Amino acid sequence: MSGHFIIDGRTIPFRAGQTIMEAAADAGVYIPHLCHRPGYTPHGSCKLCTVDVDGRPASACTAKAQEGSIVENDTPALNDDRRALTEMLFVEGNHICPACEKTGDCQLQAVAYHLKLVSYRFDHFYPARGVDASHPDILLDRNRCILCDLCVRASRDVDGKNVFEIGHRGIRSRVIVNAASGRLADTDIDVSDAAVRVCPVGAILIKRRAFAVPIGKRTYDLKSVAEVAIEEVRAQREDEGG
Amino acid sequence: MTHDEVATACALRHGRSPTKLLQVLRDVQAALGHLGADAIDAVARALGLPRVRVEATATFYHLLHAESHGVYEILFSDNIIDHMQGKNELLEYMCERMWLAPERVSEDGLVYVGSTSDIGLGDQGPAALVNGAPLPLLDHNRLDLIAGLIRNQKPLSEWPPMLFEVATNIRRGDVLLAEPHAPGSSVARVLEIGPQGMLEDLERASPRGRGGAGFKTAVKWAACRAAPGSARYVICNADEGEPGTFKDRVLLQAHADLVFDGMTVAARVVGAAHGILYLRGEYLFLVDALEAVLQRRRDDGLLGNRILGEPGFDFDIGIELGAGAYICGEESALIESAEGKAGRPRNRPPFPVTCGYLGQPTVVDNVETFACTAKIAVRGGAWFAAIGTPESTGTKLLSVSGDCARPGVYEYPFGVSVRRVLADCGAKRPHAVQVGGPSGTCLSWREFDRRIAFEDVPTAGAFMVFGRERDMFEVARNFTHFFAHESCGFCTPCRVGTSLLSNHMDKLAAGKGSAHDLTQMQRLMHIMLTMSHCGLGHTAAKPVVETMEKFPETYERRLQALDYEPAFDVDGALETARQITGRDDAFAHVDEDRS
Ligand SMILES: Cc1cc2nc3c(=O)[nH]c(=O)nc-3n(C[C@H](O)[C@H](O)[C@H](O)COP(=O)(O)O)c2cc1C
Ligand code: SF4
Ligand code: SF4
Ligand code: FES
Repeated sequence: MSGHFIIDGRTIPFRAGQTIMEAAADAGVYIPHLCHRPGYTPHGSCKLCTVDVDGRPASACTAKAQEGSIVENDTPALNDDRRALTEMLFVEGNHICPACEKTGDCQLQAVAYHLKLVSYRFDHFYPARGVDASHPDILLDRNRCILCDLCVRASRDVDGKNVFEIGHRGIRSRVIVNAASGRLADTDIDVSDAAVRVCPVGAILIKRRAFAVPIGKRTYDLKSVAEVAIEEVRAQREDEGG
Repeated sequence: MTHDEVATACALRHGRSPTKLLQVLRDVQAALGHLGADAIDAVARALGLPRVRVEATATFYHLLHAESHGVYEILFSDNIIDHMQGKNELLEYMCERMWLAPERVSEDGLVYVGSTSDIGLGDQGPAALVNGAPLPLLDHNRLDLIAGLIRNQKPLSEWPPMLFEVATNIRRGDVLLAEPHAPGSSVARVLEIGPQGMLEDLERASPRGRGGAGFKTAVKWAACRAAPGSARYVICNADEGEPGTFKDRVLLQAHADLVFDGMTVAARVVGAAHGILYLRGEYLFLVDALEAVLQRRRDDGLLGNRILGEPGFDFDIGIELGAGAYICGEESALIESAEGKAGRPRNRPPFPVTCGYLGQPTVVDNVETFACTAKIAVRGGAWFAAIGTPESTGTKLLSVSGDCARPGVYEYPFGVSVRRVLADCGAKRPHAVQVGGPSGTCLSWREFDRRIAFEDVPTAGAFMVFGRERDMFEVARNFTHFFAHESCGFCTPCRVGTSLLSNHMDKLAAGKGSAHDLTQMQRLMHIMLTMSHCGLGHTAAKPVVETMEKFPETYERRLQALDYEPAFDVDGALETARQITGRDDAFAHVDEDRS
């Protein structure tokens, strides 16, 4: 069943089976997100994409578009809540943006700018999380992980491996790797894997690439997170041949 | 035996099926004492799974552990009721007697003492588990005895049986607990009236789920029956993790046939051949008796092939154990767990009735719901509908604990007033009642005329009584810790929100709170309520919201400063940041004069 629904007052079409996120992106409407990535099975965990569907909160990345529904997305109230969520992700980990190699390419940082997050009001956890530098080409810094599960899906669904999983639970949840030693070097990950490139933050990095693109010329230095997201979808559609 | 041999033997016991991963891990831990890296590897090999998947499941459950917990592992139940009965003091006493620190195995590797979420013995606390076996009614005398047994390294089988005796404490019975029930009578009746006839009776009876959400059972069963699928499943939710709840344990202890009759009726209605009793790991001590009942039922033709001689009516029930995760009571998390995974709730829709266990249509119902349906099968829908109130038909089992003379299980027709229950249980100067556990409703003494019913105060069964001397702030703080400990960690609002909230509560408790904390807490409550993925996150802030509203003085008393009072000194906090960034220059310090 295809049809139309309304998002922030604009009527947009959807194809059968599409989520609100997918239909919105096709129509050039940006819905903030972190655990979603075009082409990947939706996860629905970061909750940044929460929208109001006919007066009820729903995750746009998992909720199917429905004929005639009225969706609110870019409202001050929702953006306030998203700002709080983004802040929660920051205080949960150890993010020191100016000292991070990913600065300017980081989606968390870009979303924070988009939502105008300027200061923290929640207390930091400063958790003790490890850095795994064992692999010759790849760095895993759990301090910056936001538990989006994208590396898990990429490794399993794209690379056909099982390098990553989310282990433990609650606030102690951590990315774990497929090795008895617990070290990335002892897994079958390869620097060309999708799982290495999919991380939206600076938790998985390719070593010695840090300053290949200088600060000031990086993805989100040049374009907003919304523009980048919409372009990503367009590129993917072209890949699919329309 | 080598790790591989142990893992292979355990895997074979469960048909080498990866969906039985959690069961295999439980067995391997029981054999090896803990699940170290070698054990995880061995299980991965035995089941043909990537090790990282095995590790993800193993690290999710509180009762599974990677390090040794000694020969004797003692876990004290951590509910507020246990606290009121002296849990912390008893835990410390035990640690002193055994010369050890809590949450750490003794130096000789003999014993470990720690805490765990409510173990379902609220009417006979303070309680603990030793190697999974229940130790109710703990006091100094019993702990002295236990300390001696441990020091002499007596196996549990040689401990005095009275230490493990768990009473049913049925204080008031009605149609479920007091009326006799002939095993199999419900099954015979459903064969007589047929699945359609049973559904009509169920509609007439109109029971709503007893597990908390109150969904109409008839609608659920009809939807499952109608859903396309290659197989259908009936799952009994005996996870009973809500602190203060123990009525499902009592039903399974005293009326298991009623519950299994209900499951078998459901199987006939929806056309299921397989049933699962998902039993919380803390109820391991019930397994032998339950297996015996299941075997008797097989022998009597009430389970297995051609039930009661009916061609094509094949149905059997297997018991699967949880391993210490409250979230696995949520039906889709339960299904994930039963499939061998970490218990993280699924995205819904689709709902279990169309896409449940192994992707097939599945009915998940509470233990008490199945008991009700068994009765409805025998006595008819009209009979059931006449009990209780029009919107809440039938009776409700309440697990009563706390400040009262007669804790235990009480069965009342729906509509009973809170005041009546308080009188019957001999409540001592009641000040507040937590109905339905931490995720339920906190009632103050002003509200004791309210009624237990879906249309007034709904409940999954807990009824915790707090006397006038109790500090309701501490009650809320205990519940907040519970939710933080039990959050599955899947979604941001609950994973981070429950921990932030419990940190704020701790800060207030330490006398360091301010109006700023209350503002942030309110912000968190809104985020958790509107953006969480499942019911746990939606309700996790409720104890704080309700106690703030109903007992504001307990919060005000703790507010010291009106403005922001930092939780810790700023320069001290920056130390962590300095270590992470490897910076130690002047600008990485907060200079008192400059700032
Ligand atoms: C966090 C959470 C924990 C739950 N725990 C239980 C439980 O221990 N037992 C139970 O029967 N239902 C529990 N539920 C409700 C189940 O999801 C589900 O609604 C219930 O098993 C359906 O059965 P019923 O219709 O017979 O009540 C829980 C729900 C949530 C959100
Ligand atoms: S490492 Fe990166 S991709 Fe993987 S869960 Fe963490 S933030 Fe997501
Ligand atoms: S609300 Fe809590 S328990 Fe539920 S999915 Fe989110 S993190 Fe898990
Ligand atoms: S993008 Fe939808 S929940 Fe993360």
